[in-house]
Amino acid sequence: MSSALPATTRLTHLRWLESESVHVLREVVATFERPVLLFSGGKDSIVLLRLAEKAFRPARFPFPLLHIDTGQNFVEAIEFRDRRVAELDERLLVASVQDSIDQGRVVEETGPRASRNRLQTTTLLDAIAEGRFDAAIGGARRDEERSRAKERILSFRDDFGQWDPKSQRPELWNLYNTQIHRGEHARVFPLSNWTELDVWEYIDAEDLEVPTIYFAHTRDVFVRDGMLYAYSEGQQLLPGETVARDTVRYRTVGDMTCTGGVRSTATTVAQIVDEIAATRITERGETRADDRAGEAAMEDRKRAGYF
Amino acid sequence: MTLDLLRFMTAGSVDDGKSTLIGRLLYDSEQVLEDQLAHVAEVSHRRGDAEIDLALLTDGLRAEREQGITIDVAYRYFKTPARRFIIADCPGHQQYTRNMVTGASTADLAVVLLDARKGVLEQSKRHAFISALLRIPHLVVAINKMDLVDYDQERFQEIVEDFAPFVEKLGISDWLNIPISALRGDNVVHGSANMPWYGGPTLLSHLEEVEVAYDHPDNVPARFPVQWVIRVGGSSGEYRGYAGQLASGALHAGEEVVVLPAGHRTRISAIDTYDGGLEEAVAPLSLTLRLEDELDVARGEVICTTAEPPFVARDFEADVCWFVPEPLRAGARYAIKHTTRSATAIVGDLVNRVDVRTLEREPAPARLELNDIGRIALRTSVPLAFDTYARNRRTGSFILIDEATNATVGAGMITAAS
Repeated sequence: MSSALPATTRLTHLRWLESESVHVLREVVATFERPVLLFSGGKDSIVLLRLAEKAFRPARFPFPLLHIDTGQNFVEAIEFRDRRVAELDERLLVASVQDSIDQGRVVEETGPRASRNRLQTTTLLDAIAEGRFDAAIGGARRDEERSRAKERILSFRDDFGQWDPKSQRPELWNLYNTQIHRGEHARVFPLSNWTELDVWEYIDAEDLEVPTIYFAHTRDVFVRDGMLYAYSEGQQLLPGETVARDTVRYRTVGDMTCTGGVRSTATTVAQIVDEIAATRITERGETRADDRAGEAAMEDRKRAGYF
Repeated sequence: MTLDLLRFMTAGSVDDGKSTLIGRLLYDSEQVLEDQLAHVAEVSHRRGDAEIDLALLTDGLRAEREQGITIDVAYRYFKTPARRFIIADCPGHQQYTRNMVTGASTADLAVVLLDARKGVLEQSKRHAFISALLRIPHLVVAINKMDLVDYDQERFQEIVEDFAPFVEKLGISDWLNIPISALRGDNVVHGSANMPWYGGPTLLSHLEEVEVAYDHPDNVPARFPVQWVIRVGGSSGEYRGYAGQLASGALHAGEEVVVLPAGHRTRISAIDTYDGGLEEAVAPLSLTLRLEDELDVARGEVICTTAEPPFVARDFEADVCWFVPEPLRAGARYAIKHTTRSATAIVGDLVNRVDVRTLEREPAPARLELNDIGRIALRTSVPLAFDTYARNRRTGSFILIDEATNATVGAGMITAAS
């Protein structure tokens, strides 16, 4: 434990957001039987882990961590994920999309645009069913995307894992209706009210480590649909596409096949905060091919049970 | 103490220009990013609109964009150098009570939109009534579409004077009328050259400067509903801390407290946070309390300062907003969630029902139906430690849950112990 805070302090928006999120985490563990926290090694779930420390230390986390591994993640993110879990001395479960493919639960896409992003939904729902988890805590935020703006902090999923945006439970004050029937589950989003800038300011304020791909670095990339994709061995290119070295950083850490980099020179968290504060493009608009698949691409994936 | 964050809600229908107002706020404060604007421009163009429809910035779901309606409360985020804002964007038509009550429950300010051509409608009164019922401390009456009444000062004054007696009767202490044009941008973010007669602030500068409830935590007695007990065994003795979010007021290390409903008195031995111990904690911080005496305090109990304790009772009256088509009747049984306490409640008498057209209370109704608001008596399976909602929004509120369907069927605000 570090030094005491000043007794009466200006309540910053970060402390307000932190307090709300900690309250949500504690409500979940107090009212669900088998919660699980989704940890990908990305910035939002890194913040979730710090909030879990704030909610439950000096005790261990009252839930395991779960990562849905597409097998096509950035190696830097996986390496970071394992190191962070070891530092925290918590338990990590990994559900792999490759296993879902091997078991015939999903069929792998083929061709140069193949991505395992959509397949993750099946792996996630199978992992929730297999672990008999009744609440999955995730790092999604309402500012990320249009349909997410309608999402509840505690969001109900039926026994098919489906989200029905038209018949959501009203969420009043800080009173969460956590009652579900067997086979149903809840998705819980403690960062609902955070923005991308809040997340980075919090990472800065808390001095949290993030995977190196968030900082500007040089790597082999190719341009597709106006986005800079990381080139890895075996990636099929379309006619006219070429691989070149460029200085990029990642605003989101998703699957390599659908996450684009941005040209940047930011090498510290403080520089990233400045960059985000000045940006004129949204995080998902700049970097996520999965949301460009149609006007309501995220809504459709969320209805099917996506994160 | 000040908070650099304001949560506010907007109430009104599509016709009042609510979505356009929010779009205008975001656009003029330069919070609309290029890809969002490109998307909206493309949809506007496809629909054949002459100008970019800023209302499209707030419609998220496919059905909303197709039908030009807003289905559900949506939350928006923007910031200026002065403050961060969270907007609860509440649709005016479908499920209006449910949506407005939901948005209002966490808001510190309400913006009620009126159309300058139509003036005060039944709906405007309903929105102001719900804002008052939910104890939102600040109200802004935004009289929109001033461009369509030639920015006429007399028309503005006429509407203000028409609405004033009603708003005064509701007991709203802080309220401000602003003449705006969301479509043209007058008095939203920028001032208006068209209305030199208006000397007040723009909507945005008022939102930036209004004082929020947390500014005065000392005025309310401390309430700490226990959420979760943190226990760690060890050779140096057991750690037992009571974790929760301070619902109101301030607590101090060493202070005498009472644990309710049991009534045990003890002292706070330490206020723990992950970042270290605190001498003083103020609402709404989340923290962990350790107590001097070994009491077995459980989730749902409330730790309070000894002065001005809350009511501890199983019987009380409350104003209830009803959210589902199956009516509320005397004798019905529901699950109740109040602070961190879950219990069962049985409905006693239905005391009255608010007529949303006249806002008069009709005594002893047979039932409360979808979107109705009325006063009922409740009896709970265990004693609750509560305040009236008028005194404390956190410890005076509850939700009712249908035990068969698990749906949230109603929201309640306690008016008195009985």
